[in-house]
Order: sequence, then C-alpha cells, then structure tokens
Amino acid sequence: MIYLDYSATTPVNEEVLNTFNKVCRNYIGNPNSLHQLGKEANKLMNEATKQIANLLKVKESEIIYTSGATESNNLALKGVAFFYKNRGKHIITTKLEHASIKETLNYLEKQGFNISYVNLLDNGLVDLSHLKSLITKDTILVSICYVDSEIGLKQPIMEIGRLLKAYSKVIFHVDGTQAVGKININLENVDLFSFSAHKFYGLKGIGCLIKKENIELEPIIHGGKSNTIYRSGTPTLPLIISLAKALRLSFENLEIKYQKVLKLNQKIKKELKKYSEITINSNEYSIPHILNISLNQIKPETFIRAMEKHEIYFSTKSACSLLDTFSTSLLALNKNEQEAATSIRISLSYLTTEQEIEQFLTFFAKEYQALNLKKREE
Amino acid sequence: MKKLILIKYGELSTKKGNIKMFINKLYQNINDKLKGEQFHIKKDLNRIYLILEKANEEIVINKLKEIFGIHKIVIAYKIDSDFDTIKEKVLTLCKKYSFQTFKVETKRANKNFPINSMEVNKLIGAYILQNISNIKVNVHQPDLLLKIEIRDNGTYIYTDEISGLGGYPVGIQGKGLLMLSGGIDSPVAGFLSIKRGISIDCIYFESPPHTSIEAKEKVIKLAQILNQYDGNINLHIVPFTKIQEAIYKNIDPSYIITIMRRMMYRISAQLLEKINGYALINGESIGQVASQTLTSMVAINSVTNIPVIRPVACFDKLEIINLAKKIGTYDTSILPYEDCCTIFVPEHPVINPNTKKCNDLELNFDYQKLINECLSNIETINIKALTVNDYQDLL
Repeated sequence: MIYLDYSATTPVNEEVLNTFNKVCRNYIGNPNSLHQLGKEANKLMNEATKQIANLLKVKESEIIYTSGATESNNLALKGVAFFYKNRGKHIITTKLEHASIKETLNYLEKQGFNISYVNLLDNGLVDLSHLKSLITKDTILVSICYVDSEIGLKQPIMEIGRLLKAYSKVIFHVDGTQAVGKININLENVDLFSFSAHKFYGLKGIGCLIKKENIELEPIIHGGKSNTIYRSGTPTLPLIISLAKALRLSFENLEIKYQKVLKLNQKIKKELKKYSEITINSNEYSIPHILNISLNQIKPETFIRAMEKHEIYFSTKSACSLLDTFSTSLLALNKNEQEAATSIRISLSYLTTEQEIEQFLTFFAKEYQALNLKKREE
Repeated sequence: MKKLILIKYGELSTKKGNIKMFINKLYQNINDKLKGEQFHIKKDLNRIYLILEKANEEIVINKLKEIFGIHKIVIAYKIDSDFDTIKEKVLTLCKKYSFQTFKVETKRANKNFPINSMEVNKLIGAYILQNISNIKVNVHQPDLLLKIEIRDNGTYIYTDEISGLGGYPVGIQGKGLLMLSGGIDSPVAGFLSIKRGISIDCIYFESPPHTSIEAKEKVIKLAQILNQYDGNINLHIVPFTKIQEAIYKNIDPSYIITIMRRMMYRISAQLLEKINGYALINGESIGQVASQTLTSMVAINSVTNIPVIRPVACFDKLEIINLAKKIGTYDTSILPYEDCCTIFVPEHPVINPNTKKCNDLELNFDYQKLINECLSNIETINIKALTVNDYQDLL
C-alpha cells in the first residue's frame, strides 16, 4: 500500500496509541470527581494541558478541548458571532477555507451576519491591502486558515495578525489544522486557533480550540463545567493525554522531517512537470506536504479508482469536499474551470519513502497514458 | 558552516579569582537542565559552546532562558579564520534575512589574524553591498547587525542575540530556605534569591483541616515553577495545626499573627540548620500588612540571628505582581485557597508589637514541645523527582 493522503488523516503513532490504552485502563476516574480517583485523573489532565500550553506557547487556561477541528471551527465562529453580535455582524474570510468554516459561515449568513471574502494575490496569499479595505466598524471576526487543505498555501499569519492588531474590535481566528505538526507555528498575534490531533498521528475524535484570555465565546454545547465553561461534556481523558503526546512527538525534529518531505515533493514535481497537460497548482508558498495538481484530460475520480487498483491512495480536492463540484479554492486562484474540476491532492508525510514515490510515479505514468483520451485520439 | 549555540557569561566575567568555579557551576547546571537532550558541550574562559545533535533548538533555547548566569544566548556559525571564507559565509548568512540596513561588527580576539577589526568591518560591509541590492549601511540603528568574532580556535559569525536571565549560577552561594506561602510575594522572593546563586529549599506551613489539600497542591505547583529556575528544590511541609490552635487559645488576639510568625521563624531556623543552609528568605514587603512593619520585623526577627533575606522588601505590590507574571507564578498564586496566614486573623492585629510583650505572652504555653513535634513530622517532597517521574511515559 502507498498512502498519499496524509492531509486527510494520518495513521496513529504506536506510542500515542499505547498512551491511550494505558490511560483508559489506569485512570478510570472523571477528572471532575472530588475523590482520589478523580483527583488523579485531574492531575494527569492538568499535566497534559500544561505540556500542550508549553508547546504552543499559550496559557493553560487558554486551551479548550473539542472533538476535532470541525467542532473547534464551529465553536470559534459561532461562539464569537453570537457573543459579539451587538458589536457588529460582519465577518471576513477567504475562499480557501475548509468546509467546516465555509458551511458554518453560510449558516451564520442565514442568521443575519454578513460575510466578505478577501481577495488573494496571484501567488495565492491573502491580499493584505484588500483585507484592510474590507474592515468596517461592523467587523467582528476574521477567519483565515494557516495552511489550506487543498493547495497547501501557507498564509502570512504573523503579518495578518499584526495588521489586525490595529483594529481592537476585530477578533482573529486561524484554522491551523493543516499546519500543526508540519511547520513552526506562531500564535502571538492570533486570538483563536483550531486544530485536530488526527492530522499529526494522534487519534480521531480530539482537537483543541486555543482561545486567548481576553476573548469571550458563547458556548455551543451547554452543560456542566468540563475543562472550561466554553465546552461541556466529561473530559475525554485518554484522548486528551494522547493529543498531548502526539503534539510533543510531532514537534520533535520538525525541521528534519520537513526537509525530508520537501525532498520527496521536489522529486514528484520534477517528474510531473514533464506532463505537458498537467497543471501544478501548489506553488512555492505551499507547504511541501501538500501537492495539488490538475489532470485536465482525466476525471479525477476515474484516476483515483485506477490508482487504487495498485493500492495507491490520494484525494480529489480535500477529503471533506463534495464530489463533482469545482474546487472553489482553485477558482479563487484564477484557475480555469477544467483545472478546477480535475484536481487531485497528493499529501506526503515524513513516513513516506523514496521507493514509495518512485512506485507512485511509475504507476502514475502507466495509468495516465492509459486514461488520457486526448492522447488516444491522436 | 557549523551551527552552534554560544553562551555568553554575564556578571561572571567580573569575578577574577573565582571565575573558574563559576563557569564550572554554570556548565554543570546547563548539563543538568538539558538532561535527556542530545548535544555536545564545551567550555572555555569566554564561552560555553553547545552543538545540538538531535536536540530541538527551540526547546534547548527555552531551557537556557531559565538558567541563571547566562547573559546572552547566540545561535552562531563556526567557520575557518580565513578572510575569503569569512566574506562568503557572512554573505550566505545575510541572505537568510530580509533587511534594508545593516552593520558589521567585528571583534578580533586572535591578534594573529592579519586584518584589524575596523578593516574587516569595512571590507565585509563593502562586499555585502556589492552582492545584495537595495541595502544600506546604518551604524546606529541597523535592521541587521552582523557580528564576527575572530578567535584562536576559529571564527564565529552571528546575528541575533537572545537575552539570558543574568544573575549567578544557582548553587554558587549554597543553600537558603524560602518561607513559601501560597501568595504572590514569596515565590517572587524565591526567584530573586535563586537569581543571586542561592539554591533554595522551601518551607510551607499547613494547618489541616483549616487549610485544604488544594492549598497544599497550589504550593507544590509554585515550587514546581520555581524549580524550573533552581533545579533541585525540596519542599518541606510542616504540620502547623497544633501550634496554631494553641496560639489561638492562649494569646491575646492582637498578637496572634506576631506570635505565629515568631513560631514560623523558629521552626524555619531550626530546619535551615538541618539542611545545612545559610539564610532564610521570605516575601515580606515593608508595610504591606501589620506583620510587615519595621517594628513587627524587629519583634518577629528577634527569635533568630540567622540572616533573613527579604528580596521584595522595597518593592511596591504592583512591581511584585509584574515580576510574578513574568516568572509565571502569578496565575497560580491568585488561586483562592486559604493558607495558614489567612485563617484565625484577628480584627485588629498589632502594628507596633513589643518584643518583651511577645516573650511574656509566649510563657502561656509550652511552645518548644509543639515546635519539636512539628520538626519531627515534616513531610519533604523532592520537586524534581515529582516533575520527572510523573506521567513521563504517558506524555
């Protein structure tokens, strides 16, 4: 099997899974119980929270555990929108966002909020002067992904944050799901930050929303006090501990792992450039873990099925998007409709080997030749 | 270009005769702090050099930022002391940054190097100007400061300097005992004494069931934070309930706090002797509360002639709070659990207590017996063991 869909989800790290199992067996108490078992669980949870806070350079009280990035994004956007609705009803975002941002904002639009989309420069990065011009007295929130899930563009979050600092009423949310564990992240100028453990070899079903101290949120799940008042539900101790571990492991040797992925990415790109009909959509601002290309002459679903026969797996667009629609991200980057309808995403990991890439390229060539109708007609 | 971390000594370099001792202590402290990381370390009279193998640079630097005795932390590149090499490598280094103005600053410690430092500045500056367009030299406020140190064992080039904590290596002054309450002031006092090279132990007085387990856990947490800077703190927990109840029963209400503090000083002084320490440390700040007036200090301090260091004595509360926030103890300190100083508080504590009256009042009960009982029932927690062993395999 050759797995090239690491941006959809990653296989769990063995050590992380061990942690999960041990905590399930040995810490049965509810961290909020007053007795000894509860206290032990609570202490362990606090240690994990401290570790996460140290890694991300935020405060322990700024960490809210959720079921994953989708929930974190929902809580961030709805939480801010509903809490600050009297301040204003204008929200700014990009056309590159994940469905959990896009759809949540569509929902908020129906609730009477106004959504603006900031322009992208030719290179795919947010147009800062356009962003500035969009901000009005009514603006309460800007939501921009650190790295988008389709093309892998790394946005200048530091600079955007610095720009937004000048507007004290505007809250800055960053969806960091595709960034955490892959690149160095800096949350200095960020107010809210979402991520999910299963993108960095953790388990599915756990994520975080980082909420800076001075920001308030209207909770969307009500109930007793859990870890924080912003999200109720019994703390999922084994998942929380496994997240802390996965995060620590993912931060280890980050640079070395990054360089390895970069090398693999360059190898694929160099080969695919030889195909005159293929467009390479990811550019020098994309992180090397995500390589988006448009096949143009072949329907992506057909191609994925053809490659699947060889146990090679990757995605069209991002795994969470609907099939048979244009990629709005690619359209936003001024790609034509054909390109936007035929894109595939190859996503890499430091676990990917050179042999895997070589095999992938061999089968890619074979299936591409076989399926390229235009070529056959000639 | 070999990347390494240079550690510059601060006030140490003023210590002529003892400098070797200071450096050795710092060297040992760095090794202790970075235990578990993979790195090479070397020391000489000017610097400590770290070469990271598999260790994460950011983690290491964050740890170095918690070590006293370090003036500056520099990420540098070691190259051959050959002018053409220096020229090329400095240019390579420059190209990693975007800047409009720059300045070259050379230090030529190796006087055998044929070109003097002023000349090196000029030549390298000119070479950079030739090779990168749209930049200028600015010697007063450059965007990018390029430092070149030509030393006997090679040349070091670097740009950023990260400030260290300053102070002296922990342990160089021997041991002190910090009277740690759950408040804001005493952890700051502890931090400041660690800064001057005192390795501290902490003493905490608990009065269960009047004080809660949470109050004790809070103090353990404060000790853990201080231990990031000290590295080897023992926390001694004194069961204080019986003494406190005896004081409450036998002493004139306005003198309760004064006598309680005298008991704490006596116990602390005796414990200090046991752990071979030299001074008591506490968070008293002149005039902050009734027991911290100068006259109170006279009455309380008269039970011992061991030096009592009060690092925050002359700080305003806001100054202490700011420091507490900076060192990371504030958020824990303000957790709302009662400690033994906040229970049994009289309505009108005496502001100017009289030492003789204290002595007379203490005749009302056999405190020495109770003190002995306290001392033999102290619970000692090694904070380091607590941090290292707990959960390491899980997290």
